[in-house]
Amino acid sequence: MTQCYALGTLTVCLDGEIDHHAVRDIREQVDISINRHKPSKVIFDFENVTFMDSSGIGLIMGRYKTLSRYGGIIEIVRMPPYIEKVMKLSGVSKIVKGLDRAKAADKGEQDRKEQ
Amino acid sequence: MKSINKMKMTIPAVSANEGLARLCVSAFASQLDPRIDEIADIRTAVSEAVTNCIIHAYKGRGGLIYIESLLYPDRITVKIKDKGCGIDDIDKAMEPLFTTGGDDRSGLGFSVMQSFMDSVKVKSGPSEGTTVSMTKILRRADEGNPDER
Repeated sequence: MTQCYALGTLTVCLDGEIDHHAVRDIREQVDISINRHKPSKVIFDFENVTFMDSSGIGLIMGRYKTLSRYGGIIEIVRMPPYIEKVMKLSGVSKIVKGLDRAKAADKGEQDRKEQ
Repeated sequence: MKSINKMKMTIPAVSANEGLARLCVSAFASQLDPRIDEIADIRTAVSEAVTNCIIHAYKGRGGLIYIESLLYPDRITVKIKDKGCGIDDIDKAMEPLFTTGGDDRSGLGFSVMQSFMDSVKVKSGPSEGTTVSMTKILRRADEGNPDER
């Protein structure tokens, strides 16, 4: 996982398998960045994610709660189709932006920065 | 119907084994030559059931998870059993978004299992542990010629 912060936006590039085991580390690191920067937007880039179960939904919902306390938003970009299935089931698309894949891909390229 | 293959594994209820469990079951399922999306469904459902054992049944204190899987020509069954605390109210536990796991758990584990598998049965009681029995029917069986298998 890599993160970068610029101009109010925290971009989190996730990779590998996101399950209960992996989520603990991801959450810890993302929360450190959120607390430090208070970003107005957090972008989760799923391009290199190979697996995700409901633990990943919990991760996003938890960050959404934190951000919504001060008006921040969450955006999800470059979601592979097999992960979209879990996302759709959760209804998480109602609280995050960017689940339209074509649009998300453009947006992802635009926002992607090296750490 | 008689099963064509059988697999059993017992693993400690630690989170590092979530990946191992779903990998083993999906490797076993691959003997039926399922489609990629069917394999993904099975992996995800197994991951949810095993995670439940670790977080809820054993409350992170460890224990053993018993996984048993059977292959039939057109389906796979997976039974995931623990000897943990059991579920007081199964209907409540299976409600979407209900969780006792705290803020960062989505409460969608059983919903994922139910929508990704063709049947999910839960047997549980206080002090007897929980057994989740899931079946996935592989659709290629309907499409292909059974004589070729």
